[in-house]
Amino acid sequence: MRETFKKALQLFVTFFKIGAFTFGGGYAMIPLISKEVVENKKWITDDDILEIVAIAESTPGPIAINSATFVGFKVCGFWGSFFATLGTVLPSFCIIFIISFLLEQFKDIKAVQYAFEGIRAGVLALLLKAIVTMYKKCPKNLVSYIIMAASFILTALLDIPVLAVLIGCAVFGLVTSLMAERRAK
Amino acid sequence: MIFFKLFYTFFKIGLFTIGGGYAMLPLIQEEVINNGWLPKEEIVNFIAVSESTPGPFAVNISTYVGSVLGGEFGILGSLLGSFCATLGVVLPSFIIILIVAKFYEKFKTNKIVAGCMTGLKPAVVGLIGGAILSIFLTVFLPDGYTLSEILKTAQTYISLAIFAVCAVLAFKKVHPIIIICLSAVAGIAAGYLL
Repeated sequence: MRETFKKALQLFVTFFKIGAFTFGGGYAMIPLISKEVVENKKWITDDDILEIVAIAESTPGPIAINSATFVGFKVCGFWGSFFATLGTVLPSFCIIFIISFLLEQFKDIKAVQYAFEGIRAGVLALLLKAIVTMYKKCPKNLVSYIIMAASFILTALLDIPVLAVLIGCAVFGLVTSLMAERRAK
Repeated sequence: MIFFKLFYTFFKIGLFTIGGGYAMLPLIQEEVINNGWLPKEEIVNFIAVSESTPGPFAVNISTYVGSVLGGEFGILGSLLGSFCATLGVVLPSFIIILIVAKFYEKFKTNKIVAGCMTGLKPAVVGLIGGAILSIFLTVFLPDGYTLSEILKTAQTYISLAIFAVCAVLAFKKVHPIIIICLSAVAGIAAGYLL
């Protein structure tokens, strides 16, 4: 019991550090996790890290949270998951909470408004980069291109709810992959 | 009750965030606009703040939305709002990963999971494309202006220039914080010079 608690506390500290120093979310965390948890603490192995990335990508939720929960579980079960996840979330939570207040206070200042005029254009560029990165991770085949085009048209032009599109695409992907498998047999 | 609504909405968003934080964008946009919670411009500001602060994008943006919406009940309302939104977004992945970690071997070879993922990954790219288009329109074609009016304002061309420069920098792997800072400085300079 004491051993578990000690490990859980160490997990909390480790993931707090990781959460406080990674910009850009999930994928940026993976190298840090592997350095801290594999090299320094030797809690898990390199193979585990690959496993974690694979799982984080194929389950819903932010990659950062998925990885923290999974590493925590591998190290010491439920409480490991709990403290690793809490550690990851807490720094952003505190930082954003403070920033949201400052922004509310300063948002009527002219300079801040001008700054956001510029930032909005800059963010658009960052989003463009993000979508290209995600596109590169997708399978490159006809089914995949059809789904991409359909989901874009359905939400952007026809205002179909996002959840309906996601569920529809999941079913479509499932059916086509099962059919492809049957044909291969 | 806004706090329960925040928790429920972000729980739903967390459950359907597939392939990392950006996949939340279309969902957040839809929820925030449909609920009439915030103007479209503010969503773009949220994204900027989430990008330029440490931590997972998903947690940042949930905390921010929660804090602003809870803010009408004072500072404690803000805190509770952030807490509900963040807990909501984290809880689905936490629960799902706990289950998956227990049954990993079965999960890994599950054909249904793999099949759904072949549909979901490209869907998320298409959905984010839609979200980006809508943000593009918010930035360059604000409500209440006609296209010819917009083409006559200097602001449009400045925004386009900032966008183009930032896009080049982003693809050259310049750090997002540097890009955000540069675009802020450019925005301030343009604002005072015009």
